[in-house]
Amino acid sequence: MSGGRAGRIFWSNLGRDNPVFVQILGICSTLAVTNSLRNTAVMCAGLLFTVVCSNVSISALRRWIPGRVRMMVEVLVIAGYVILVDVFLKAYAPDIWRQLGPYVGLIITNCIIMGRAEAFAMNHPPGLAFVDGLGAGLGYSYVLLLMAVVRETLGYGTLWGVPVLGAGWVNWTVLAMAPGGFFVLALLIWCIRGFSFSRGPRGRGVAS
Amino acid sequence: MTHAAGWFAIFLSAVFTNNILLTNYLGMCSFLAVSKEVKTATGLGLAVALVMTVTAPINWMVYHWLLVPLGLEYLRFLVFIVVIAAFVQVAEMAIERASERLYAALGIFLPLITVNCAILGVSLFMIIREYTFAAALAYGAGSGVGWALAILAMAGIRQERLSRARVPAGLDGAGIALVIAGIMALAFMGFSGMGRGL
Repeated sequence: MSGGRAGRIFWSNLGRDNPVFVQILGICSTLAVTNSLRNTAVMCAGLLFTVVCSNVSISALRRWIPGRVRMMVEVLVIAGYVILVDVFLKAYAPDIWRQLGPYVGLIITNCIIMGRAEAFAMNHPPGLAFVDGLGAGLGYSYVLLLMAVVRETLGYGTLWGVPVLGAGWVNWTVLAMAPGGFFVLALLIWCIRGFSFSRGPRGRGVAS
Repeated sequence: MTHAAGWFAIFLSAVFTNNILLTNYLGMCSFLAVSKEVKTATGLGLAVALVMTVTAPINWMVYHWLLVPLGLEYLRFLVFIVVIAAFVQVAEMAIERASERLYAALGIFLPLITVNCAILGVSLFMIIREYTFAAALAYGAGSGVGWALAILAMAGIRQERLSRARVPAGLDGAGIALVIAGIMALAFMGFSGMGRGL
């Protein structure tokens, strides 16, 4: 395993192949908690742990997983790690655990974890799978954390539960509610893509 | 309030006010990927509605009659996902038999129903809200119908309107779909007074 290759895999997950912006994967389970920075951070930590561990485990087991049932095996491995996260949160952060409700369990069905297992871990050694999982998890987390900063600040006037915008601030309630999540993500995607389009010559895609 | 009215209220609120896609963001991946054509969206919507309606009561029975008596509640994620995967496998074979064209159109998305967050999400919400068996059935069916309704509306907009619209390059594809989903979520919030009448 060369350092250069691992580095490329890591950085491409943060930028060029970012799971959220470019592949639009895995936003389901975490988008719902992005109106609170603290909950988002906890979810991202759980996701990072799960994607790294499951990537390494599946990569280590890849020679023994029969092709026909590989999806099932992948899901079961992922579910095992998510149960660990769930039990850990329930024991050490019961308040956050209660607020997150079903969303911790929904990390299992986060497409990114499954996608990395299927597309990368099944045909790469554990060392590279570790780097790839770390990159995918971080690439995902920074986007979600950015969204949480925007939504919590404008939606509630607070950041990590601390008031930051002063008493005169009128909350943009819609940003804290469901539609706000869609709008903020769309705007972020627009900004990032607009930026990368302006640098590289890439034709306008057909309207889909 | 009679039982039946209560179940009907749960069903309606799952379809409209608490639409699992537009208020809880569950099932977004397939929602964005398969909503370009009305025909495939209909197929996937029906498949998801069917799987949700059936798996919610099955998971209710497994949880309350098997896991709770044995004290194994923490294994619920694993057990739910296995139940869902097994049922999807059966549904996949049935669709393959029934309609070759639908099977070809849905392609890789059928196995992905297993990891459709909305389906696991319905089972988890149902446990957290402590629904009874009938309420779980109403909730599963309502969420399924709501999800199908949302993806159908989205596919209609994307196929009929968006294909003729000039969308800024950076917003093309997923970006504009998210904006539409946001507007749809706003529209669905308009139903929120409805539940109180019952």
